[in-house]
Order: sequence, then structure tokens, then C-alpha cells
Amino acid sequence: MTETPLRDRGKVGGPRPRWLPARLAGLRSETGTARTMTFDVPEWPGHQAGQHVDLRLTAADGYSTERSYSIAAPAEDARVSITVQEVGTGEVSPYLVENMELGDALEMRGPIGGWFVWSPSPEAPVEQPILLVAGGSGVVPLMAMVRERARSGSRAPFRLVYSVRDPGQVLFAPELAQHAQDEGVQVDLVYSRETPKDFARPAGRITARDLATPPDAGWPDDPPPRAYVCGPTAFVEHAIRTLLDLGYTNHNIRAERFGPSGG
Amino acid sequence: MLGEGAHRLDELARSGREDGDMGIITRGFGGRREPEAAALPPGQYLTRDFPVLTAGPTQYVDTADWSFTITTETGDRTTWSWADLMALTSEDIETDIHCVTRWSKLGTRWHGVPVDTVLEHIETAADYLMAHSYGGYTTNLPLEDVLDGKAWLAYGYADGPLPVEHGGPLRLLVPHLYFWKSAKWLNGFTLLTSDEPGFWEGFGYHNHGDPWREERYDGD
Repeated sequence: MTETPLRDRGKVGGPRPRWLPARLAGLRSETGTARTMTFDVPEWPGHQAGQHVDLRLTAADGYSTERSYSIAAPAEDARVSITVQEVGTGEVSPYLVENMELGDALEMRGPIGGWFVWSPSPEAPVEQPILLVAGGSGVVPLMAMVRERARSGSRAPFRLVYSVRDPGQVLFAPELAQHAQDEGVQVDLVYSRETPKDFARPAGRITARDLATPPDAGWPDDPPPRAYVCGPTAFVEHAIRTLLDLGYTNHNIRAERFGPSGG
Repeated sequence: MLGEGAHRLDELARSGREDGDMGIITRGFGGRREPEAAALPPGQYLTRDFPVLTAGPTQYVDTADWSFTITTETGDRTTWSWADLMALTSEDIETDIHCVTRWSKLGTRWHGVPVDTVLEHIETAADYLMAHSYGGYTTNLPLEDVLDGKAWLAYGYADGPLPVEHGGPLRLLVPHLYFWKSAKWLNGFTLLTSDEPGFWEGFGYHNHGDPWREERYDGD
């Protein structure tokens, strides 16, 4: 699974990630059950697209609990954005999506994770094509990659295949359309249960046809594409098996799974 | 090295409230305390599911093609086939497991061979090992963390064979450390006289990974 010898990588963790005060400075509803929350974190050290943060919430009586969330966007003036999907039975996500208000504070530490990351390689003669495969709210760290590509001006070939249950669940829909139009990111939605009216592809789970590189994509033969897959465990397992059948290998698939207990 | 130590002390001093003082209060957050929370290491929450976390694809290895090899620091190799391993005395293990992504699962039941058994007749002066898996995953451990009944080569889970998504046919089980140390699809140990980082350890995760000391990330 390693693409570079261990010794060449070094430690990417950097200095000890400390708990930092973070104040809620921006809110945007994405769907009825998900919202993007932007925090002011004055001491934020920066991050790469695909990394996540730990949040610590402390109740007035001192009880506290911690959760991990994917970062949704490149850092901007020490601001960190996460997009939280409410999990009905969760302890933390209902508070984040329903109750937390602008100006409220929590603690954040990170960035965490140096494996499920993408950054542009402007020095490469041909940039590696990137296939992003999202299941549900697994789109969040992949959206960070799409946004980082636009921010950095990278022209790496990008394709996002985004599987959602029904049209009401699509996160970032207008912005994805914008990236498709202005930035040449190919975005393909797959609906697993219910499609919009007149949608050509019938509802159903992701298939080899959905993930195969379209003949007109114009991707180079070399280097081979790299796939990033993020979503619920069963989705990720299925997507990876499909990618292996299509000729992807252990070396060019990176995966992040979340169990049903998240939130 | 001196400088690094001094830096860490400084960092610890600045973030000293982690040892119990209350941090920032999150207005309106009540939380929902689980009754079993007392049995959990700091920062963990209880799950009744068994989430799957893996850096890359699940590895499908037929037991007919499976082998496990210990390579010593001098290059001596000892290999077990699946039949060899099944012939070793095995035991039931009931234990709690803790993942660095914050879930803990209590009272899980496993079946396997103590690591002591396969290391018993290996001649070595090593203090460390690198666990290797099908698919290329690695994780490093001090030998003292896998000896004396603290770790197993596990091939049973609940009352059946270990499912492939959880590392079957066989995984390392080191339940007293965060679960990334319990390498799935295990196929060997390399014994080492000096410590080296494994896969996640090279990406900023803690070198040792004791959940009770909350050794999550490099420098914790």
C-alpha cells in the first residue's frame, strides 16, 4: 500500500498537535440534515486536502467527548471548515447540526492523517489523473480536494463519482456544478435509491460502468490514475472491489471508511 | 535529541490543562453519558458495531496460499503454512479493543495462537519487530508488547472464522494498544535490534499507541 519507501516519507505529523480554541464563525445549510461550519482557529498550522480534525466538546459540568471530522476546504486565514451530516442517534452531530450557534466555542486539534491526502504536483510533466469516489457524506474530504485543485490552479484531471441515496442528499450541488463548468472537473452523480425526474441512469449501487474512465475523458495512459474512496464501510468495500476489477491496484487506491457508529 | 526533548516539555507545559483542568465550555452541549464509559480509555466512546478501518483494499488470501514468516535480525527465516499454524495450541481470548478513531468495543471474543508460541524457538537478540501484512501494511512493536500472553495470531472471531474485512484469515491481536497495531492479513514479523516506524507511525501516529495513556499522535 505504500507508494514511497517508508524512510523517504519522514514524519508528517510535525509538532505535537495541540488542542486549540475554535470559535464558530460561519454556517451554511447544505441539506436538511447537514451543514457546513467554519471555525476561527487563530493558531491553526494549516492542512492538506483530505485531512481531518478532532473536536472536543465540553459540557458545563466538565463532561467532555471527542469526535473526528473531515476538513471540507483548504485553510483560509486560520479558518477551518467541516461539513457535518447529522446522525440521528449520535451524541455530537445533532448538537453540531441543530444547536451550535455562531460565536460558540469548542476545541480543535489537527490536522490529522497524512495518507488520505491530495496536493498538486506542478513540477510533474503530466499530472496524475484523480478519480474521487464518494458515498454519502464521504464526499467531504473529496470536496476539499476539488477545492484545493481550484485554489492552487492545478489542471490535474479530476473526476468525481458521487453516490447518494436520493436527490435530497446531495451536498455542495451548486458548487460542484460550478467546478464542472469552470474548472473542468467531471462530476457524475449516482443515485442508489431514487433518481431525479428524467435522470438517465436508473437508481442502483455503483457499478464498473460508473467507475470506468470514460473514453472521452482525455486521461493520459501514464501515469495511471489514482483513486480516493470515502464513505460508509460497505460502500468503500464494494467500490474498491470494483476498482480492482477495472485494473486499479493496491498502489493506486486510497480509502477512508467510516462505520455506522460515527457521529 | 536534547533540543527535541526540551521542545516537548515546553509544549506540555503550555497545554498542561489536558491533565484534567477543564477546557473551553461548549455552550448548549449536554452530552449523553454512556453507563459503560468508566471502562473506556480517555477520549473513547462505545460502539456496538465493529467498524472497519483500513488504509487500502481488503486483501483476499486463500489459506492454501497463506504463510507466515519470521525473519530475524541475522536474516534467518522460519515459515509456517496454514496447516502448521493450525497444529499449534490455540486459546480463546475475551478482550476490549480500542481504535484511535475513538471507538471502543467491549468484550470481543477471539481465538488464536499466542505470539509467545511462534517466537519460542526463534533465536534473537532483537527488542523490536515489524509486523507485515498482505497488501504491504506494516506496524512496529516492541517485543515486550507482544510477549507474555499480551498478543495473539488470531484466526477466530466470535464463534466463527475471522471475517476477511476484519483481517482474515489471520491478524495480529494486540488488544492493549490502539487497534492499528493489530495488523490485518498478517504474514510475517521482521525482528529488529532498533525500532523503525511502520505505516501509520510514519504518518504522524504515535510510535507506541497505549490507549490508556492516550498515545494517539506523534508527540502525545
